Amino acid sequence: MSADGYRVRGRDGEWEIAVGLEVHAQVISEAKLFSSAPTAFGAEPNTQVSLVDAAMPGMLPVINRHCVTQAVRTGLALEAEINLTSVFDRKNYFYPDLPPGYQISQYSRPIVGEGRVVLDLEDGSQRTIGITRLHLEMDAGKSIHDRRADATCVDLNRAGVALMEIVSEPDIRSPEEAGIYLRKLRSILRYIGTCDGNMEQGSLRADVNVSVRRPGDELGTRCEVKNLNSVRFVMRAIEVEAERQVAVREDGGEIELETRLFDAERGETRSMRSKEEAHDYRYFPDPDLLPLTLDPAWVEAERARLPELPDARKARFMADYGLSAYDAGVLVAEREIAEYFEAVTAGRDGKQAANWVTGTLFGALNRAGIGIEQSPVSAAALGALIDRVADGTVSNRAAKDVFEAMVSTGKDADAIIEEQALRQVSDEGAIEALVNQVIADNPDKVADFRGGKTKLMGWFVGQVMKASGGKANPKAVNQALRAKLDG
Amino acid sequence: MSDLTALTIADARAGLAAREFSARELTDAHIAAVECARDLNAFVAETFDAARAAADDADARLAAGEGRLLEGIPLAVKDLFCTRGVRSQACSNILDGFAPPYESTVTANLWAVGALMLGKTNMDEFAMGSANVTSADGPVINPWRRRGEDKPLVPGGSSGGSAAAVAAGLCLGATGTDTGGSIRQPGAFCGIVGMKPTYGRCSRWGMIAFASSLDQAGPLTRTVEDAALMLQAMAGHDSKDSTSIDRPVPDYAASLTGDVRDLTIGVPAEYRMEGMPAEIEALWAEGVRWFRDAGATVVDISLPLTKYALPTYYIVAPAEASSNLARYDGVRYGLRVEGNDPTEMYARTRAAGFGREVRRRILIGTYVLSAGYYDAYYLKAQKVRTLIARDFESAFETVDAVLTPTAPFAAFAIGEKMDDPIAMYLNDVFTVPASLAGLPAISVPAGLTGDGLPLGLHLIARPFDEPTLFRAAGLLESAAGFSHRPDQSGAGRAV
Amino acid sequence: MSIDKDTVVRIARLSRIAMEDDALEPMAEELNGILAWVEQLSEVDTEGVEPMTGAIAATLPQRDDDAEAGTATDDLLANAPEADDGFFVVPKVVE
Repeated sequence: MSADGYRVRGRDGEWEIAVGLEVHAQVISEAKLFSSAPTAFGAEPNTQVSLVDAAMPGMLPVINRHCVTQAVRTGLALEAEINLTSVFDRKNYFYPDLPPGYQISQYSRPIVGEGRVVLDLEDGSQRTIGITRLHLEMDAGKSIHDRRADATCVDLNRAGVALMEIVSEPDIRSPEEAGIYLRKLRSILRYIGTCDGNMEQGSLRADVNVSVRRPGDELGTRCEVKNLNSVRFVMRAIEVEAERQVAVREDGGEIELETRLFDAERGETRSMRSKEEAHDYRYFPDPDLLPLTLDPAWVEAERARLPELPDARKARFMADYGLSAYDAGVLVAEREIAEYFEAVTAGRDGKQAANWVTGTLFGALNRAGIGIEQSPVSAAALGALIDRVADGTVSNRAAKDVFEAMVSTGKDADAIIEEQALRQVSDEGAIEALVNQVIADNPDKVADFRGGKTKLMGWFVGQVMKASGGKANPKAVNQALRAKLDG
Repeated sequence: MSDLTALTIADARAGLAAREFSARELTDAHIAAVECARDLNAFVAETFDAARAAADDADARLAAGEGRLLEGIPLAVKDLFCTRGVRSQACSNILDGFAPPYESTVTANLWAVGALMLGKTNMDEFAMGSANVTSADGPVINPWRRRGEDKPLVPGGSSGGSAAAVAAGLCLGATGTDTGGSIRQPGAFCGIVGMKPTYGRCSRWGMIAFASSLDQAGPLTRTVEDAALMLQAMAGHDSKDSTSIDRPVPDYAASLTGDVRDLTIGVPAEYRMEGMPAEIEALWAEGVRWFRDAGATVVDISLPLTKYALPTYYIVAPAEASSNLARYDGVRYGLRVEGNDPTEMYARTRAAGFGREVRRRILIGTYVLSAGYYDAYYLKAQKVRTLIARDFESAFETVDAVLTPTAPFAAFAIGEKMDDPIAMYLNDVFTVPASLAGLPAISVPAGLTGDGLPLGLHLIARPFDEPTLFRAAGLLESAAGFSHRPDQSGAGRAV
Repeated sequence: MSIDKDTVVRIARLSRIAMEDDALEPMAEELNGILAWVEQLSEVDTEGVEPMTGAIAATLPQRDDDAEAGTATDDLLANAPEADDGFFVVPKVVE
């Protein structure tokens, strides 16, 4: 059942977990879902609010075409069914940051139906997570509880921003899978430009539905842990919630269907103060909006316009460049990295390029704490350096130094090679002179070598390289030594 | 100057164009009339200074020969329309003090062709009522009296203030809104024309919502031609309303040819309601005769689901209202009654801010949408609504308009029919079916009861066939020759 | 289906309308009167009938993704019962 065999070890046996994610992804758009107010993050309070967002009397929603397109593109990228007719419903509840007293959402007829996301697990195997649905809805505003001791302050800048709620099937079997799922989903959204995936700013938030069961049993009752804003929190929340449920069950208790909050500091989930009444959202079709209908030809055109997605790109990297699944996976995770890699590898050896990008470049970026967009070494510059290795101008070893210098100075490889005289010595005469010198200086070692201690070859190479200041071409040194010593 | 208040909009346009009188004189005459008739409680806000300024602008335009469709015509606006900087409270305490920073599309359209606003008119709170007795601003008094009686009568509702103002000569026309009959029934009760266009013909933007799938703005005027002129200005596509329909607005007044020989008028058997007064039955029969005499074909038709329209309406409209009125929470505008937390603040605010009828409808609406009842009530009602619309569709395969009475009785006294909500709901029994089907309909004053109160006849036409509706209404108007006016001495008298 | 006092309490709470105890019973009666009257809809055969959600058959119009400046904050807050430094203010939310 469980791909990585994740089990919660209870007092009396093992438990499996089943997890489904509801991801709220903020749609990339200029204006809000049903109003023309801007969506930019971080503005002064209540400066990006239209009369519609504030639910002033008599105000009416008009849907943003681009948000519809973004939802459809996302559905297509999730290999999902696109519903040519969908309906906007009102979800009725009162909250200070929900001005109309209802959220316009899609309940019974979402814009996108069933789809799937394929996960690459760490052991190299794959798992498919079902997507139940994707629907469009508007975000609420923000209630600020810590600004005043005696009151709550309400900022409506976010109110009305378009969200896609992407609901997965309870197919996820471990916290790690949940993390991989979320990263993969984020990667897809960023590839197609429908969500920036910025979890710190809340562009991507997840609710997790967790249940536990004895292996082979039916799915247990689930609890929803709400509003997790990092991959780490998602994984941790699943872990601790599963443990909590196991403890309850093993003590003979029942799991109640409820909504819980994750307390990252204490590493536990806790029940949200149970509302005085059960939720009764009284969904009904919004009479201010007609059913949304899509032209099938337009949907197909959008499908054709989709960029290459991570899975396809990974397969291509493996086939065309002979990369391992692991390297290919790393390189396609972010669209920017994949594009950088493709620029580096153009006309060059794929594996070499992959090693440079995933090893040396990533190391430098990590140390600097920056993303590939801010890389001080452009793809073209890195490509030029690789060319200098290939044509023997610099050794692999020296090339690492050249790269570090490129990072710190921003200069290109050729300039640094010249400046620091890192050019590799391949001149036969010069190398022969060095070899002769080393042989002349070490007659005892020469005798040992000729007496059968052929392992000394490495020592000789090292001496010659040392004498050359590391610039001699090791291959040429090897050849010259062999000719002299064997002769 | 008092004769200026007896003009029709069409006459006033001609008089203004010919410079027989100025827009300022016309406006001042109406301001004086409003001041004399405050007892009617038709107006809840007077905007006389702005009206005079607008009249002066209109005179300048008229002098320059640049008069527009309704240049200098003084109108009244139902308090349901948001008007920039002027109280817009739907006659509810919950919107206490609300003056919006925006103007509704319909009123903006009127001002764009030169009309001017005398003030805001009284109405049933949030348009929920049929007698204008649920207004937080108090009841409106119908300028009509039963012959020989002094008992104040209701003007109908919910556009009661608009209807009373037009009937009493306080303005040349007024905007109303109609959800289940709120223009047509008060039109009938006050002896004037009340017209509800096709759903989607007038923008709902800036009109305080009652029931979104039913609400439509329309004119209340003294003649059919005036209604055509006003609708001409009010109607049109609005990209800010997703339910507004993008199709051209025809020249409605031009459709008033008086010739109905090519029309087939349907008379639905199901509107013959048990207990309906004989004089209403007789007036209806007279309407049939007028059409026959004018050369139209009159046929009996059947609209079998008629009796289910009212109960359907009283599920659908409260359901939508319960959600539409959720925004009145004391956070961003209007009344607030403090509480220890938002939930308590909401509950106190809404209990204090909404009147009894509104509270009742919110509760009913909440109930019919709630878990376990949605299918039995709301969904069922929406299915019946489909069937009601289909009834009309099949009728309109053979007829061009449907003729019925507007209401099952004439205006009644304030205080009557108050105990039983359902008895009050019956006011709308003939107007609600067209509302549910989104059809254009009009009430034309056509006769008097034995004790001298006006009665209306009601026509319903195909979607967007307002031209045919106006043409048929014009025939009724000229055949009926209804020239009665309420007793003006009564209008200004203290009650 | 009949509404009792508890149901009135529940829907009044859902509706956020405070009600005095002595008003519950009369309201239950009124609501029951209305519900009994609308009950006649059950006579209508609606098997296979699509519910009507709007009074017109049309497709949903869509707006271009052009952002316009929001309403001026002063205008937005002008009608607010309580505002503070650009925020709407409500009684403390107790989570």
